[in-house]
Amino acid sequence: MTAHILVVDDEPQIRRFLRISLTANGYRVLEADTAAQGIAMARETRPDLLILDLGLPDMDGQEVITALRQTMDLPIIVLSVRAQETDKVEALDRGANDYLVKPFGVAELMARIRASLRPRMDKDAAVVESGAVRIDLGRRIVTRSGEEVRLSKREWDLLAGLARHPDHVRTHRALLMEVWGPAHVEETAYLRVYINQLRQKLEEDPAHPDLIVTDPGVGYRLKRRD
Amino acid sequence: MSEADENRPSPEALLAEARREGRGRLKVFLGAAPGVGKTYAMLETAHEHRREGADIVIGLVETHGRRETERLVHGLETVPRRDVEYRGRLFHEMDLDRLLERRPKIVLVDELAHTNIPGSRHVKRWQDVEELLAADIDVYTTLNIQHIESLNDVIEQIADIKVRETVPDSVLAMADEIELIDLPPQDLIKRLQEGKVYLPEQARRAVGHFFSPGTLTALREMALRHAAERVDRQMVDYMRAHAIAGPWPARERVLVCLDGGMDGTRLVRVAKRAAERRGAAWMAVTVETAGAFALSETAKDRLSTAMRLATQLGGEALTLQGEDIVATVLAYARERNATMVVVGRPRRGRIALGKSVTERLVAKAGDINVLVTEAGTPPVKPAARRGGIAPPDWLGHLFALTVCAVATAVAFAIDWARLSIGNISVAYLLAVLVVAMKAGLRPAILASLCSFLAFNFFFTEPRYTFTIADSQNILTVGFFLIAAVIVSNLAARLRSQIRSVRESARRTSNLYDFGRKISAAATLDDVLWAVVHHVANTIRGKSMVLLPTDKHLAIAAGYPPEDQLDDKSAAAADWAWSHGGIAGRGSTTLPAALWLFIPLKTSRSAVGVLGVQMLEDADIPSPDQMRLLETLADQAAVAIERTTLVADIETARVATERERLRSALLSSLSHDLRTPLVSILGAASSMLSDELSLDDDARRDLTQTIQDEAERLNRFVQNLLDMTKLGAGALKPRVDWADLRDIVGAAVERAGRLARAHVLKIEIADDMPLLCVDPVLMEQVIFNLLDNACKYSPAGTQVKIWAIRTKEHIAIEIADLGPGIPAEDREKVFDMFYRVDQADAQSGTGLGLAICRGIIEAHGGTIRAEPGLHGAGTCILIHLPLPPEAPLPEQDPVS
Repeated sequence: MTAHILVVDDEPQIRRFLRISLTANGYRVLEADTAAQGIAMARETRPDLLILDLGLPDMDGQEVITALRQTMDLPIIVLSVRAQETDKVEALDRGANDYLVKPFGVAELMARIRASLRPRMDKDAAVVESGAVRIDLGRRIVTRSGEEVRLSKREWDLLAGLARHPDHVRTHRALLMEVWGPAHVEETAYLRVYINQLRQKLEEDPAHPDLIVTDPGVGYRLKRRD
Repeated sequence: MSEADENRPSPEALLAEARREGRGRLKVFLGAAPGVGKTYAMLETAHEHRREGADIVIGLVETHGRRETERLVHGLETVPRRDVEYRGRLFHEMDLDRLLERRPKIVLVDELAHTNIPGSRHVKRWQDVEELLAADIDVYTTLNIQHIESLNDVIEQIADIKVRETVPDSVLAMADEIELIDLPPQDLIKRLQEGKVYLPEQARRAVGHFFSPGTLTALREMALRHAAERVDRQMVDYMRAHAIAGPWPARERVLVCLDGGMDGTRLVRVAKRAAERRGAAWMAVTVETAGAFALSETAKDRLSTAMRLATQLGGEALTLQGEDIVATVLAYARERNATMVVVGRPRRGRIALGKSVTERLVAKAGDINVLVTEAGTPPVKPAARRGGIAPPDWLGHLFALTVCAVATAVAFAIDWARLSIGNISVAYLLAVLVVAMKAGLRPAILASLCSFLAFNFFFTEPRYTFTIADSQNILTVGFFLIAAVIVSNLAARLRSQIRSVRESARRTSNLYDFGRKISAAATLDDVLWAVVHHVANTIRGKSMVLLPTDKHLAIAAGYPPEDQLDDKSAAAADWAWSHGGIAGRGSTTLPAALWLFIPLKTSRSAVGVLGVQMLEDADIPSPDQMRLLETLADQAAVAIERTTLVADIETARVATERERLRSALLSSLSHDLRTPLVSILGAASSMLSDELSLDDDARRDLTQTIQDEAERLNRFVQNLLDMTKLGAGALKPRVDWADLRDIVGAAVERAGRLARAHVLKIEIADDMPLLCVDPVLMEQVIFNLLDNACKYSPAGTQVKIWAIRTKEHIAIEIADLGPGIPAEDREKVFDMFYRVDQADAQSGTGLGLAICRGIIEAHGGTIRAEPGLHGAGTCILIHLPLPPEAPLPEQDPVS
């Protein structure tokens, strides 16, 4: 079945470029140029995915996320400008699934769309594989090249928090909340230390991580490689 | 003085000429008495000008119902007067604001000496006129000779009337033209008899005497002489301003000595006239001697009135300190090159031991002329009212009685011990001395009388009577009294000496203290705070400083803090600011205000206004306080200007820098923005073109070009944006705990294709702590440096990122093996748009390193360029301060 993608952006040039490349990749594209129209169309047509520009003329894109999240569960990919990390973090915390920095390449966009459209992980039963690393969420076992890697409880919780949303960025706040609880959502130093420990145990070259990658100022993402 | 110096235009004269530029001209129609036709003449002149097309209006003309005058008023535009209600009556005053708004070329303002109704902006009409002149409006006005301030007392003698409405001589001196309206006395008397002369109420009573041929002749002569002196002075001024050699006297000075003992106002006027005639400067001095008895309140009042009059008449007024009045005055006179000293005739009826001050002054003056003149008798009424007799010193007298009682007790003891009676008298003498020392003359006299009575009653034969048997005892009283007088005099002298020394020490230390405080203040706020705090303490009241903002004055600081002014005070502050003069309570301008405002002026400019208010509403600063305040205001103005000057210099520097940057930016934009656009447009149009048949490879090539160039353009725009934010101070680091490995990793990731051609080596020390930085900005720094290193070194060479932690800081190095940066450029490469000239001009933006420096400095670190290891290539060295200890999580065991 062809996936429907709703593009909400006020720039006709960007809509045009997205329409051409998305159609070429086999998606069906719907377009809206204002937030109000976007929300209405999303509710009406129930698309499979929403690409949302944060800078809209009639309403802040953040409001659109909040409005849609109240009733709908569709994946949302946010388009934003670089150096506005706070916007990205806010969008993710409001419930967006991922973000892309303008300007972006088509390849990157397609990768994000694919990741977002992949059927949601069956919570604790799934297995995530990336390169030599295999994470069995159900059995709570991590192996690297077949050998089991021993993790502490918090290391596991953190890794699981990333693995449950593979290829999606998870904000510092969300991870801290999940692993350390609401009292520690500001303690980014905890994250740095544990991410470093995980990298030491799981990455081939911890200096050039390609399993757990950093989104500066936003969060981390677990990258799936074949 | 050499010939050449003599011929140079005198600076004062040139200044005075220059000051007239941009100011309206003042023409005074001067008459000897009411009724000579000044108003008429003024109106006639006005009509002449109007016929010539001049923009002339009537600000205020009093016709007093005279028909000829009224006829002349018609045909001239009249600016309506302002109605003022005062004590239930309606008055019509000149509408100054409307005139300033109307801005005619010439305004007619009758009766310059008029006193405005209380509640008007100025006390006197001549002050209104000054404001009109300052607004570059010409003013025609009328004035009678008896209203001139310095002639005031002479007129009083001649005409036997007290003239209250006076105009300072300085106003008249300012007049650019004086037209004398002359009418022979006989004609004037005839006009009076015909009822053609209007007289104000108070003059009507004296009409008989005033309009006698004798008085009128005298007044006429004075008017004529005044006008003649004016013409003379104008000529001298002209000659001086134009350096025409002429026989004029060197700048002389006339000194007038004042003390509180006599009414000094007449002396001041005499000195002023003497100085005028000689074309000399003049000053009023008083000597504060430590030895003199403290002045009575009346004397202080008289002295301060005379001193203030001196300032009002354009003289200088100052207080000298010294023990010997004559020596102090003469020394000062010589120092200031005074040629004449004016003193009052010694008062009659005063018992003087030796010669009077005046006599000694005359004797010792040498080549200085001494003019001894009759000082006016002090007005009797105020003296009586203020009570020449000081209120009885009850405490002192009580003290005297107590000491006498003690002495009597001691005397009984001596008597009981059967010692000689001489010892008893010594005990009483001691009592008298003690009282004289501690309590002053009157209690001492009381003590000597009591002592004598007690001594007589208790101890001399016959005892317990007041009968004096021995004539020797009379002598005892005499001795007691003499001792009392001498000692109390000495003690009083000492006390007042101490007081005077303390007072002057306090003033000096006050100024010193203030100077120290404001020189230590670095910022404008510190200076302002120091000023208001110090001034408030000095006057024991409130103070504030107002500084000009965009449009008007605003309170910049206050002690105690104040943020609003009542309307009247605000008006006074505005006036003080716009006119550079003192206004408000206790001054002659807007005295209804609650505050007194002193302009803060330096030699360069006016910087603001200082406001003061005494604690008691009715109080105004004393002349002493006023002088101290003015000195403080001067110092404060200099200090405030100093801080604003620093800001000015900084602004100017920034402006120059901005200009340089703008041109650099323009050239950079035209080059760096256009180059990629040229490639993109070229490639895109080739692909669209029907004429070119492109194979797939060529198509791919062109597309790749478009992508590469677009990315380059994107980096450039991003750099520009970052730089703009840095410049606007909007790029504030959002510090967070960050792992340097993460940051470097992200930068390497982003550099991606750019760095692929090089061998990248990353060495980060194991003990590298978590940094406390903005991860996004730091990533930008590493990315820019990595980008530069790859861009400026040959493909295939090594680019190394190396980071360690030292005791002092975190050191990060990014080294390449390119051609390196010449030593003289190593600092400049961090400037915006600076590029090292190289044969193969690389497509840099000239912004990357500037951004790096901006970001690193915002983190409190440093960044510099050095030659690489063994002098090869470039090494960029970053030092960041050591981060604080990170709050680390508890380690949980590995399961």
